[in-house]
Amino acid sequence: MEFTDWIADARNIVFLVIGVAIIGSAIRVVTSPNVVHAALMLVVALGGSAGLFLMLGAEFVAWTVVLVYIGAVIVLFLFGIMITRAPTGRDSVQLDHARRWPAALVALAMFVTIAWATTVSFGDALIADRVVRAEDLGAVLFSRYVIPFEVVSFVLLAALIGGIVLARQDPER
Amino acid sequence: MIVNQFLVLAALLFSIGIYGVLVRRNAVLVLLSVELMLTAVNINLVAFGAFLQDELLAGQVFALFVIAVAAAEVGIGLAIVVLIFRNRSSANIDELNLLKW
Repeated sequence: MEFTDWIADARNIVFLVIGVAIIGSAIRVVTSPNVVHAALMLVVALGGSAGLFLMLGAEFVAWTVVLVYIGAVIVLFLFGIMITRAPTGRDSVQLDHARRWPAALVALAMFVTIAWATTVSFGDALIADRVVRAEDLGAVLFSRYVIPFEVVSFVLLAALIGGIVLARQDPER
Repeated sequence: MIVNQFLVLAALLFSIGIYGVLVRRNAVLVLLSVELMLTAVNINLVAFGAFLQDELLAGQVFALFVIAVAAAEVGIGLAIVVLIFRNRSSANIDELNLLKW
């Protein structure tokens, strides 16, 4: 597909805007010298991914990302940053390794490999428009996927108990 | 919309997450980079779900499961980081060499 044909679809312009925002903020997450800024940039990246889910017709997943990730996980990260007293100022000496280029090379090789594989495999295959309502998702979640759903709830309970056990002060010490 | 644009974007996000995991030394920042990689996986799952027109909505259901497991992972991971910080007064993963041979 030619680029001019591709960009003629208005949704692809929206995709480009969201994609640039996601990638830019993701790069800031891994390069920012300020830990709090890195966590807040993750909010932008996750919000952009919620926008992509809306474009793909996955409404419930999009709002779950907003609620669970942006609402809960980022707050947890900010608490973690505060408790571990990570350097929130400008000094970046503690935050990054000196050897960045090998890591960048590994990441670039990974990207080229995955992008080449998906381009060869899928080419110009189009996504059909279909909006999945929360009702449809709930119906399938509580019929076909009810056992994995219960297992996930058990995992969350175990994580809750484990987090309390790990983080509390030991009274006998 | 072609499916490959979402896959390439997710690959780029995943690679940025790998860079972050490799280059960051603060444990909280490593967990932030892991979240980037999980987001890339979720984009892949939902894009494939929309592409395959699955009646059982496996892509979106598994994206929800990934989100739930990621929340559990962040809770446990941050508890471990806080515990390490309490014992060693540092969240620098390069100084954690107790299990090193």
